[in-house]
Amino acid sequence: MSTRLASGGSVIDRETTVSFTFNGKTFKGYKGDTLAAALLANGQTLVGRSFKYHRPRGIMASGAEEPNALVNMGVGNRFEPNQRTTTTEVFEGLTATSQNHWPSLEFDVGAINNKVPRLLPAGFYYKTFMKPQWAWKHLFEPIIRHSAGLGNAPKEADADRYEYFYAYVDVLIVGGGMAGLAAALEAGASGAKVLLMEQTANLGGRLAVDEAIIDGKPSADWIAQTIADLDAMENVTIRTRTMGSGVFDHGYAMGYERINDHAPDDTAPRHRLWRIRARRIVTATGALERPLSFAGNDIPGVMLASAVRDYASLFGVSAGDRTVVVTNNDDAYRTAIQMKNAGLEVPVILDARPQADGALPTAARALGIRVDTGKAIAKVKGYKFVTGVEICSQAGEGTSLETIPCDVVAMSGGWSPVVHLWSHCGGKLNWDEANAMFSPDPIRPPLGSDGKGFVLTAGTASGELATAAALRNARTVGRQAADEAGFASLTVNLESLVLAHDEEPMLPVWSMPAGAPYKLRSKSWLDFQNDVKVSDVRLAAQEGYESVEHTKRYTTLGMATDQGKLSNINGLAILADSLNAPIPNVGTTTFRPPYTPISLGSIAGEARGKLFKPTRKSPIDTWQDANNAVWEPVADWRRPYTYRRDGETTAQAVTREIDNTRTGVSVLDASTLGKILVKGPDAAKFLDLIYTNMMSSLKVGKCRYGLMCTENGFLFDDGVVARLSEDEFLCHTTSGGSDNVHGWMEEWLQTEWWDFEVYTTNVTEQFAQIAVVGPNARKVLEKLGGMDVSSETLPFMGFTDGTLAGIQARPFRISFSGELSYEIAVPAAQGQAFWNKVMEAGEEFGIMPYGTEALHVMRAEKGFIMIGDETDGTVIPQDLKLGWAVSKKKTDFIGKRAMERDFLKRDDRKQLVGLLTENPADVLPDGAHAVEGGKNRYGQENMIGHVTSTYFSPTLNHSIAMALIKGGSKRMGEVLTFPIGDNKTIKATVVDPVFYDKEGERQNV
Amino acid sequence: MSNAISILNGATFDGAVKITEAGLRGMITLRGDLSSVQLKSAVSAVVGLGIPTQRKINRGPKGGVAWMSPDELLLLVDYDNADAIVAEITTAMAGEHHMAVNVSDARAVFLIEGQGAREVLAKGAPVDLSTDAFRVGDLRRSRIGQLAAAFWMTEDDHFELVCFRSVGAFMFDWLSNAAREGSVPKYF
Amino acid sequence: MLMLKCPNCGVTAEETEFAPGGEAHLTRFASGSEDQAFSDYLFARKNPRGVHFERWRHAFGCGKWFHAARCTATLEVFGTYTGQTSTPPDDITAAVKAKRPEWEGFK
Repeated sequence: MSTRLASGGSVIDRETTVSFTFNGKTFKGYKGDTLAAALLANGQTLVGRSFKYHRPRGIMASGAEEPNALVNMGVGNRFEPNQRTTTTEVFEGLTATSQNHWPSLEFDVGAINNKVPRLLPAGFYYKTFMKPQWAWKHLFEPIIRHSAGLGNAPKEADADRYEYFYAYVDVLIVGGGMAGLAAALEAGASGAKVLLMEQTANLGGRLAVDEAIIDGKPSADWIAQTIADLDAMENVTIRTRTMGSGVFDHGYAMGYERINDHAPDDTAPRHRLWRIRARRIVTATGALERPLSFAGNDIPGVMLASAVRDYASLFGVSAGDRTVVVTNNDDAYRTAIQMKNAGLEVPVILDARPQADGALPTAARALGIRVDTGKAIAKVKGYKFVTGVEICSQAGEGTSLETIPCDVVAMSGGWSPVVHLWSHCGGKLNWDEANAMFSPDPIRPPLGSDGKGFVLTAGTASGELATAAALRNARTVGRQAADEAGFASLTVNLESLVLAHDEEPMLPVWSMPAGAPYKLRSKSWLDFQNDVKVSDVRLAAQEGYESVEHTKRYTTLGMATDQGKLSNINGLAILADSLNAPIPNVGTTTFRPPYTPISLGSIAGEARGKLFKPTRKSPIDTWQDANNAVWEPVADWRRPYTYRRDGETTAQAVTREIDNTRTGVSVLDASTLGKILVKGPDAAKFLDLIYTNMMSSLKVGKCRYGLMCTENGFLFDDGVVARLSEDEFLCHTTSGGSDNVHGWMEEWLQTEWWDFEVYTTNVTEQFAQIAVVGPNARKVLEKLGGMDVSSETLPFMGFTDGTLAGIQARPFRISFSGELSYEIAVPAAQGQAFWNKVMEAGEEFGIMPYGTEALHVMRAEKGFIMIGDETDGTVIPQDLKLGWAVSKKKTDFIGKRAMERDFLKRDDRKQLVGLLTENPADVLPDGAHAVEGGKNRYGQENMIGHVTSTYFSPTLNHSIAMALIKGGSKRMGEVLTFPIGDNKTIKATVVDPVFYDKEGERQNV
Repeated sequence: MSNAISILNGATFDGAVKITEAGLRGMITLRGDLSSVQLKSAVSAVVGLGIPTQRKINRGPKGGVAWMSPDELLLLVDYDNADAIVAEITTAMAGEHHMAVNVSDARAVFLIEGQGAREVLAKGAPVDLSTDAFRVGDLRRSRIGQLAAAFWMTEDDHFELVCFRSVGAFMFDWLSNAAREGSVPKYF
Repeated sequence: MLMLKCPNCGVTAEETEFAPGGEAHLTRFASGSEDQAFSDYLFARKNPRGVHFERWRHAFGCGKWFHAARCTATLEVFGTYTGQTSTPPDDITAAVKAKRPEWEGFK
């Protein structure tokens, strides 16, 4: 049974105990423990169930590669599933529960799947549930939904905060083991700005466990000295608990900092996503040990050999009392030696190689450990925990030679460099035959904006597995990175004196024993989380899957949250073997960021709640909010749809606002309208090109409604242009169009007509624009006082500058309602003050504010089009009866050439019409289609157009609509049919779209 | 102009870093040929400062002048005199193509002050804000999260930031959130 | 995510500050031009694997347009230059040629 050792544990603080719960049971751990270490220290070896077969799962690894030991963490608004116990630090009050079982971890009904594995072979979901057809929906899917998935989804909104941080560095080093520290030291000495990120809480990596003597210093001393040296460098920053999660184009890297996962509090953000630009990135990400594939290699107690010694060395925890070591290399002997030295039993080392006479095996034998070469595990005995192993010859088919009782199996199939970050952005790999691993090819790196490689690898991540070689490589690369980042290195000697055990070559062993029959293969796990076994990959190959990418998706190998960190190479080797192809020919699957899962919160950053998306607010916003505005989004703005009074429905409020405007006076906040100043000797010439109308003929002091088209001839924005002086114009745009139109003008000025002398400035927000509208509008302005607002001085389509109520004001006599209307621009900072004065002055005339819906209805009554309602990016001005605003005199304007195309000149295009429904109370649905009778060749109704705007007009006491109808201008008086669903139709007569005051007498007074 | 109010009327947030809405500031967009003698003397006449070099801001007792683009300056002037200064520039620039516009009311201005001010901005701006890369007198137009903004450093750990008025409240909330106690990365 | 240097304000910034504007150096065909020429101007865009000339706007910066010469396959940036030119300047084509000797030149 696993337990805490009396001594040892370099990263724990035995003085500080913390208590936590697992499945409701309270356990004690030490500060510095990972949850996995603390669970093992408490004898909890069973921690979860597997995805498909619900097999018992224990802790297999000691770091980010852990496939099994995932738990639900926290409760309520801090609940999170699938947290790796091996990378979670314990803290006081931590609560964890195991996943993927029902009703309990100890007794799981889902484990029935384990009894019928032949029902769930590779690709079972493509095969098993095909027939009968009804069964999928009613039988299979509900069952699968219930049993699938690992953790539970959180039910409450996350209580924590997250943020981004942008950093620019010369050299980014990912990994704080020996290689990362050494590379940082070299790069730092050059003066380059260095950022080193380490995913765990501690620096030193494997060197903290696997002792070596470097330049006369034992590992721990060398690590401490190097950290001290780095701390002394102002240009070097070290961030622990920060994972290099991805490498992207042009030196972009992401770091995932877990700020207070180890000590939750309410002040600091939980995670910080570092968005780093580095001139050079050094991945010193080390290597991961590979499991071996033998029957029962998934039973709790079967662990990576390196993990077994990590727990002993870092946390003072023994994984068990009797450890059988099974290996194909020398490195695993370190585990046996360490266990033995800790006073624990190592009944046997099973080495698949025919002989093992290197320094480490010799040292093991000297301690009296039995070493069996050429031997393998036939199968592991046990179910919820290991009880022993049956041993066999590696060469044979698994005939049991002997059963050896044990509670831990420490396995090692060799090591693979962590090449993920190297590969994220296109770094290529070489197959290293001797070590049976893929390692980075330094001459095919990811390329930066200058066409040169920007990622380098250091240490074991380069494929240098021996300590001395790894250190030499790391120092060289650290210097090279600084050099390439533009910093000359200062140090001369790159050689260190390293005393470590030499290792003899490993032997690639993909299947144990070599001739394992189906019975054993079907119990030999490759992907422990997703339950993919050797037999599944062989089956996939048999069924014709040759591509590793296809096999991955068919079998789900490497698709779990660990993304195949342990399973990929083994699975690949099995596939290659099944296909009789060399491993490098089969290739690897694609490595994609992030390296390990990162929180969705960190990806969202601060953008949640009120910071989710900016809303633009007008200068009158606060007043509106306090006066019952019913908000609606208009582009990025919010605008009052209507102002609802007590006891009113929204529709009643809109009707009241319309009636008041048509009969008295109302006020509208039109501040959101775009306003662009265009000035210069060529301003008129320029606007003649931008607008379809002639703007150069506009008189100073006058306004003109103008249209803007794209080069396709399609209408995209409109508004009133005012000529301020001979060389200066103010162009109004739609509320949503100001930035677009300003950008559009600048684009043409900068990239096509750069010889024009024209400047533009977007002054949309400089002004609050307040429309006083209705027959009594003039009276309100007269009462405000300060300028002559008579029709003689300020006629329709004119404007003037002056003051109103003591505030600098520019009233425009323009109307979007058809009523007498003044749109008054005042400085935005005085917008609220002016609004208040208007309300005061208008009180005796019954003034009230109106919203966008009343605006819409009134403009529709007048037949005025709305960009985005009557236009959809395929409509030309002529379609909307706006041909009068398209100049025939001008030789050029944007869109003119397109309007010369045959298709745009056809007279059966969809054209704007008005519609009056047969029943005045029927309001056509927005977007309703008119049908012509008859069916097309697909059996659908023949459609001839659709409704673009539709309202009940209180002014006319009749439903009105606008529509784009094929050949519409020739259909006056025709009755059209609009199906509205449920076999119902509405009939409407085609009329002129100007429903109210056709002569425009009301606005021109 | 007693009627005039800035977007948040001088609101402040005291966190690890202090955020202040700076109130009304006079601002003039001046577009023209930045190498022109006439423009140089017009600017000098109104703010007593020379034309800044690329991405720099010059500040003095009469105001400031910021380089915004190859043909655009932002003049920082007394709020109440902004219109008069526009008129003065227009007169001084007579005969030369240019554009001078009072944009004071279109903007919101924030002060970000205290140790960690760089880090508050670096949470939202994809800009190198380290001590050797961004110094007093430097100006950058970029984005803060989703919002366009321009900011410059007036003294060590003191920044001024301008954005559009309509998103001033959002910017204040954003900055305050980034400036909360306990959230400074302590990197720079 | 690309890093580009805006030649107008001198900033080397990440892609989120920029807005792409598609193929560079299009010739505008206006009123009276041939249908084919106009149609090509509107719709026919180059899509090479390799050397390409593009328009970009420093949207979250100085607001100015510029051009970039870039390799669409490796994302290498050969250079950025003024938006006010209808062909790539000589130093840019020389820079491209130096890196991609097989490139046939701007057409």
